[in-house]
Amino acid sequence: MSSPHWRSQNSSTIDVDPNLHTDVLVIGGGPAGTWAAWSAASAGAKVVLVDKGYCGTSGCAAASGNGVWYIPPDAEAREAAKASREALGGFLANRTWMDRVLDQTYTNVNLLAEWGYPFPVDEEGKPYRRSLQGPEYMRLMRKQIKRVGVTILDNSPALQLLVDAKGAVAGATGINRQTGKQWVVRAGGVIIATGGCAFLSKALGCNVLTGDGYLMAAEAGAEMSGMEFSNAYGISPAFSSVTKTLFYNWATFTYEDGTPIPGAGSQRGRSVIAQTLLTQPVYAILDKANEEMQANMRKAQPNFFLPFDRAGIDPFNQRFPVTLRLEGTVRGTGGIRIVDSSCAASVPGLYAAGDAATRELICGGFTGGGSHNAAWAIASGYWAGKSAAEYAQSLGEWGTQRPVQGVGEAGLISGSQHQIKAEEVIQATQAEVFPYDRNLFRTEQTLTGSLQRLDNLWQEIRSSQAGNQQNIIQVREAAAMVATARWMYNSALERKETRGMHKHLDFPEIDVHQQHYLVSGGLDKVWVRNERLGSEKELVGVSP
Amino acid sequence: MIELVSASRCIQCNICVNVCPTNVFDRVPDAPPTIARQSDCQTCFMCELYCPVDALYVAPQVDPLDSVDETLLKEAELLGSYRRNVGWGRVGEAHRRYRTSSAQEDSTHQILKRMK
Ligand SMILES: Cc1cc2nc3c(=O)[nH]c(=O)nc-3n(C[C@H](O)[C@H](O)[C@H](O)COP(=O)(O)OP(=O)(O)OC[C@H]3O[C@@H](n4cnc5c(N)ncnc54)[C@H](O)[C@@H]3O)c2cc1C
Ligand code: SF4
Ligand code: SF4
Repeated sequence: MSSPHWRSQNSSTIDVDPNLHTDVLVIGGGPAGTWAAWSAASAGAKVVLVDKGYCGTSGCAAASGNGVWYIPPDAEAREAAKASREALGGFLANRTWMDRVLDQTYTNVNLLAEWGYPFPVDEEGKPYRRSLQGPEYMRLMRKQIKRVGVTILDNSPALQLLVDAKGAVAGATGINRQTGKQWVVRAGGVIIATGGCAFLSKALGCNVLTGDGYLMAAEAGAEMSGMEFSNAYGISPAFSSVTKTLFYNWATFTYEDGTPIPGAGSQRGRSVIAQTLLTQPVYAILDKANEEMQANMRKAQPNFFLPFDRAGIDPFNQRFPVTLRLEGTVRGTGGIRIVDSSCAASVPGLYAAGDAATRELICGGFTGGGSHNAAWAIASGYWAGKSAAEYAQSLGEWGTQRPVQGVGEAGLISGSQHQIKAEEVIQATQAEVFPYDRNLFRTEQTLTGSLQRLDNLWQEIRSSQAGNQQNIIQVREAAAMVATARWMYNSALERKETRGMHKHLDFPEIDVHQQHYLVSGGLDKVWVRNERLGSEKELVGVSP
Repeated sequence: MIELVSASRCIQCNICVNVCPTNVFDRVPDAPPTIARQSDCQTCFMCELYCPVDALYVAPQVDPLDSVDETLLKEAELLGSYRRNVGWGRVGEAHRRYRTSSAQEDSTHQILKRMK
C-alpha cells in the first residue's frame, strides 16, 4: 500500500481525522450530493461529505455537462414541460412532484447564477440557464460547499452503513483509497447520493457509478423502485467513452458500405441501431448539420468533439463507427424508493437523492437523461439535505452517541475462508446486462436464464471476504452490480408489458392494468411488489 | 485512456493524483506521478483539465495504445487542447491571466431551437 510521503498544496483532504461525528453525512459528491450538503449546512447542520473520487471531478455530470429542466414559472410553459414526456414515460409520472421539482430547480439554478456560474445570453440578451457545463458547474459546487463549512473526504468510498439498535441509519464506514486508512463517520442522518449504476461500461464519467448506494441502502433494509427502467444505452463513437446523443439528431446512420440503415435514428430509432449492431458494425456521419449549426455544436458541447479531433476524424464529413454503451440507471429512472416529499427512503435516518433515488416520480418509465435527471439531482439533493438536517437536529446529541453497528455483508464477512476474484464476477455480470438482446430487448426466457446465473454469482460473492483492503472496494462494487442486475431483471420479469423504456418482446403492448410502480428489494431473496400510483405518503414534511 | 505524463512539463504538483476520480495515478517523491493503474482509467479527461501546465495526454480511445509520441502531440497542439477549448485554467506569461470560460458561449439554445 502506498503511503502519503508527499502531500500536495492542492486541497487534499486525506489529513482529516478518519473518525468523525456529524449531524449529516452525505455519501457521494456529484450534483445531488453537493446540493444536499449545501442545503443541510445552510440549515445549520454540521456536514461531512465523502466521495469515492474527488468531489468536483467525479460522477457523470462533472465529466459531461447537463441540459437542465429549467422552466420559468409561466403557466403555459410549465404545462408544456409536464405534458412533454408523460406518454413516453408510460403515464407513471406524478404531476405534484413535477411541479415541486420545476419550482425548486428554477430557484436553485438562479442561485448558481448568483454564485457566479457564467451562463450565456441568448440572441435577445436574456440569460439562458438550461445547460450546465460539467467541469465548471462542479468546480463551483465544491467551492460553495467549502464556503458553508462542509468537511470533504475525497478518494474515500463508503463501504457500508451503520445502524442503531432500532435499525435507524446512523453513519457509515469506508476507506481512503490513497492511504488505505479506514474511516468511520457517525451521523444523525445519512444521505445516499452515490449516483446510478452503469456497470463499468466506460461511458463518460460513469465508472465510479457501480450501484454502491443501492447495495448499502438495501443492506439497511431500504427498497428500490422502477428498476425495470434501467436499460438506457448512450451512442458513442465505437472507440470512445463520450456517450453524448443530442448531436446524433443530425446524423445519418449507415452500414459499412455507406447505405443508410432504414429507421435508424438517435431518439426513436435507437432500437434499430441496436438490432443492427447485433450482427454488423454501424457507422454515423453528422451530414445534416449545416455550417452555422456545426459552429454552434462546437460551442455547446466542446467535449463531444474531443475524441474526433484527437483521432483525426471530421465527423461532419467522414463516417465513423458507433456503439451503444450501457448507462443503466444513470440515464434510466430506477433507484432507491422515496416514501415522502422529504426524500426519505423506507428506513429511518436514510435519505436518497439524484440518480441513487428513483426518478419515476417525474419521468415515469422513460429516460430521465437530457434534462429531468439534472433537475432531479438539484431538487432532491436540496430537499434531502434540509430534511436530514432537521431529522439530525431532532435527535440532538444522541444522534452521534448511540451504539451502532455495520450492516454490510458481501465482501465484509470476517472469518469467511472464501476468497473471490471480483474481476470475474464483474465480467460475468456484464455478460448478462450489456448485450442488447438481453437488456434492451427482453424476453421471459432470457431474463430467467440471466437471473439464474446472477443468483449464483450473488451466492458466491455474498459469503466471501475480500482478503486485503485494496480488494475490498472492487469486491463491494462487484456485489453492488450483481445486486442491481437482480433487482432490474426481477422487476423486468414482473412487468409483463412494454411501457416506457422497458421493452418486453413477449408482451409488446402497454397494458392498462399494469399502470403501477414496481417496488423491489431483498438480497439473498429478491422480491417485487406492485405499488399504486400516488400512494406515496402525502406531500407533507418539508417546507419549501 | 491516459497515455502520458510529460516529464519535461510536469511540476510535480500532484493535482492529477488528487482529482482523478478512479485513482489511476500514484505519487512519487521528487518525481512526476506515475500512471499506476491505467486499466482503471475511464477516459473522462478531468486530469487534463486540472493539470496546470498541460503535461497530461488522455487519448480518446478507451483501450490502451502501444505508445504515444510526445513530440508529435506537441506539434499537433493536442497537449492542453481540451483546456483551451473549454476556456479552462490560466494562460499568458507566468500564468497570470484566466481564460474566459466557454460556458459563457454555450450555444445549446441555438441547437435546441432547431430540433423542433
Ligand atoms: C454523458 C452523460 C450525459 C448526460 N447528460 C444529461 C443531460 O443533458 N441532462 C440530464 O438531466 N442528465 C444528464 N445525464 C445524467 C446526469 O448527469 C445525472 O443524472 C446527474 O449527474 C446525477 O447526479 P448525482 O449527483 O446523482 O450522480 P453523479 O453525478 O453520478 O455523482 C455520484 C457521485 O457519487 C460518488 N460515489 C459513488 N459511489 C460512492 C461510494 N461508494 N462512496 C462515496 N462516493 C461514491 C461518485 O464518485 C460521484 O461523485 C447525463 C449522463 C451522462 C453519463
Ligand atoms: S497535475 Fe500535471 S503538473 Fe501536476 S503532477 Fe499531475 S502531471 Fe504533473
Ligand atoms: S482521464 Fe479521468 S480516469 Fe483517466 S486518468 Fe484522467 S482523470 Fe483519471
